Amino acid sequence: MIAFAALLERLAFTPGRLAKIALLRRFFATEPDPDRGWGLAAITGELDFEAAKPGLIRALAESRVDPVLFGWSYDYVGDLAETVALIWPGTGQAVPPALAEVVETLATAPKPTLPAIVAGWLDASDASVRYAILKLITGALRVGVSARLAKVALAELAGGRLDADAIEEVWHGLAPPYEALFAWAEDRGPRPDPAEAPVFRPPMLAHALEPPDLAALDPAAYRAEWKWDGIRVQLVATAGGRRLYSRGADDISPGFPEIVEAMDFRAVLDGELLVVRDGVVAPFADLQQRLNRKQPGAKMLRDFPVGVRLYDILFDGDEDVRALAFDARRARLEDWFAAHRPARMDLSEIIGFETIDALAALREGARGAALEGLMLKRRDSPYVPGRPRGLWWKWKRDPLTIDAVLMYAQRGHGKRSSFYSDYTFGLWRAAEVGGDELVPVGKAYSGFTDAELVFLDRWVRNHTTGRFGPVREVEQALVLEVAFDAAQRSTRHKSGVALRFPRIARIRTDKPAAEADRLETLLRHVAKPGPGSALDPLGP
Amino acid sequence: MAPHPSSWLRVLPEGLFCEPGGFFIDPLRAVERAVVTHAHSDHARPGHAHVLASAETLALMRVRMGEDRAGAVQQPLGWGETLAVDGTSIRLVPAGHVLGSAQVVIEHAGSRAVVSGDYKRAPDPTCRGFEPVPCDVFVTEATFGLPVFRHPPASGEIGRLLASVTLFPERSHVIGAYALGKAQRLIALLRLAGWDAPIWLHGALAPLCAAYEALGVPLGDLRPATAAAKADLVGAIVLAPPGAIADRWARRLAEPVVCMASGWMRVRQRARAGGIELPLIVSDHADWDELLATLDDVGAPEIWVTHGREEALIHAATARGIAGRALRLVGYEDEAAGDEAGEADAA
Repeated sequence: MIAFAALLERLAFTPGRLAKIALLRRFFATEPDPDRGWGLAAITGELDFEAAKPGLIRALAESRVDPVLFGWSYDYVGDLAETVALIWPGTGQAVPPALAEVVETLATAPKPTLPAIVAGWLDASDASVRYAILKLITGALRVGVSARLAKVALAELAGGRLDADAIEEVWHGLAPPYEALFAWAEDRGPRPDPAEAPVFRPPMLAHALEPPDLAALDPAAYRAEWKWDGIRVQLVATAGGRRLYSRGADDISPGFPEIVEAMDFRAVLDGELLVVRDGVVAPFADLQQRLNRKQPGAKMLRDFPVGVRLYDILFDGDEDVRALAFDARRARLEDWFAAHRPARMDLSEIIGFETIDALAALREGARGAALEGLMLKRRDSPYVPGRPRGLWWKWKRDPLTIDAVLMYAQRGHGKRSSFYSDYTFGLWRAAEVGGDELVPVGKAYSGFTDAELVFLDRWVRNHTTGRFGPVREVEQALVLEVAFDAAQRSTRHKSGVALRFPRIARIRTDKPAAEADRLETLLRHVAKPGPGSALDPLGP
Repeated sequence: MAPHPSSWLRVLPEGLFCEPGGFFIDPLRAVERAVVTHAHSDHARPGHAHVLASAETLALMRVRMGEDRAGAVQQPLGWGETLAVDGTSIRLVPAGHVLGSAQVVIEHAGSRAVVSGDYKRAPDPTCRGFEPVPCDVFVTEATFGLPVFRHPPASGEIGRLLASVTLFPERSHVIGAYALGKAQRLIALLRLAGWDAPIWLHGALAPLCAAYEALGVPLGDLRPATAAAKADLVGAIVLAPPGAIADRWARRLAEPVVCMASGWMRVRQRARAGGIELPLIVSDHADWDELLATLDDVGAPEIWVTHGREEALIHAATARGIAGRALRLVGYEDEAAGDEAGEADAA
């Protein structure tokens, strides 16, 4: 438990991806089975204890600590598990429990016995171990590690013989504490056979199409499809079960029961999850509502109905068709679709075109709320995991831009911790008291070059007018050209509008702040369902 | 019956005042006669006419503020010596906070008050350890006066730092540390843990490290980080004031792991808000358990709390049958205050 607690502590404060991988790899390399496997399960979110819940923690604390002091402490610290870990009397001179003992006990001990067991562990542990035990019970580790990153670290343990994708293909067929997986990674055992389990297959990804790539492109070799602004999903239905996975291998099935219900077939499919009403795809913000809910209620299901637009087929029945060319897979997908007609699904349209210019014109017209641009896929491309070069391209429509005024700046994280690199910018509108005022419309922390970052950092320091903790307010004097993919109505923002993926396109030192854009200009860009988005109706 | 200390030890706008002796303890502005517990700038202010303190504190005050501002008359008082001042007697007893730090033991007409200044009970290789003195009134700090503040042993924190240096040999570890006390304690603890390599210093730390060495605290091979080539700092340990670790000064370092040594690092949100990658819980103030142990050790029926989280400490004292009073002296700082203060490009 001590090593796991130390790992959580380091991960929570470490911003760098490579540093996180190094910390995880050391943990996997130095901890024994089954402790390391339980640690992996905790970090990838695979643990959930029926009987051990946060209420238990509060009751324990109240039994040991002066309630007045506990109240003041909780106010100060702001997190229940952390407060209890710190305030628990005693300094933990005994031997703390092993991680495996904690996990196995939390999973199996009868509920009435838990308070005494947990109290005994806390008595034997120091603050760091107490925190780890309590966080296992509350369930949210918050260490900023995705399941994918843990798999990358695990693959490093194999010293180049395995990659994260190889682990991905067996992952969902395994259960903690993953002893067979560690044995495979350390070359002590065979590849665990997922058999009929509904495992995730690493998806094929596209490169962004840049002008030189475009010039070299042979139009006859490619197929074109719309690029939809939902989330990429994988539908897996095998004899072993049905799963809906995100692109990052998270199992999101419980959030979308209507999709799982419609998966009455055997196949592995690649598609885009979208909110669709009366055949019209809604903006991404609507899908966001669903993504925020782990288990949606009836009203959510009714107001934000989802469907899947299918792009590709990986397994037709039990047959792996990933090695087939795109055209052959597309034919299989169409045949499969005609045979099954699954509810809440339709096929992504193949867009006919003769020349790149014609395609460019189509892309320019793609201004619908849920369209990001075009996808170009080589007709002979097999389905390859990862991002192979030259097979698939994403050709996003040109971004929209506004000229906004820098209002606030905040320091970044990690390598950027000494730079003011997060910028809040605003647009002009008429003030209630007369004249114009700036209203913040968004925040950007990318898009600039290193040299521009140095300029912006210095500018912020030399034009600071106020400080609020880590935030600096600056003179309303610097115009930034901000690029963004779409603008959407938002009640959460003071301006009433939210930008999708804003980034700094240019620094406009040539432009006086008074000539920056007005909020009305931005509101004209707020996405309406465009011509491109009303395709075939989805679903039944 | 002896007069209660509240009849002769009073709170004035300048600070705590001993009326019969005619002196202030750690006054917040320049006064005629000051007794100074230790050389931190919130307790040792410049410009007093007459300053009484330990010899080490006087030496550190001269380094910090210059010979002429550290008191027109500077009078050292040796450990254990008693000085009679106008019907009172003064004695300095080690407080264990930083080099030279003292508790002021004042006796008048048969009653005794002890003003602790800042103190800690954990061992510190750079200064004398705290000695409890039985008294009628104990005037204490309460910087970490909440039961969530319980500092782990400093040697364990140094162990975590060295483990991180081993894990990330290609990066430098830069530690934010107070220039007086914390920096020298960290260096001494690193030497005790076997770290013999050069330790690189921000320019603001160098004069006080030199002063510690002159006062008999060896710190080993110290070098200016400003003059270092980037390659020298790979795998190195660098110390800097808290305001400099995440600012422009730190850009000279090799992919720094930003560390901070402070009792506040116990609370995650404090570490996270500061952008700290490796929080080290090393404090020169008493933690909650030490505050309570000290109340038991001095056995005073009454405590006065100068600054910090006085309500919690007084609550806990009351439960022990000890009367508590909050002095609310404004001007004594939090340990980690002034995050932005060091932002200027100090060398």
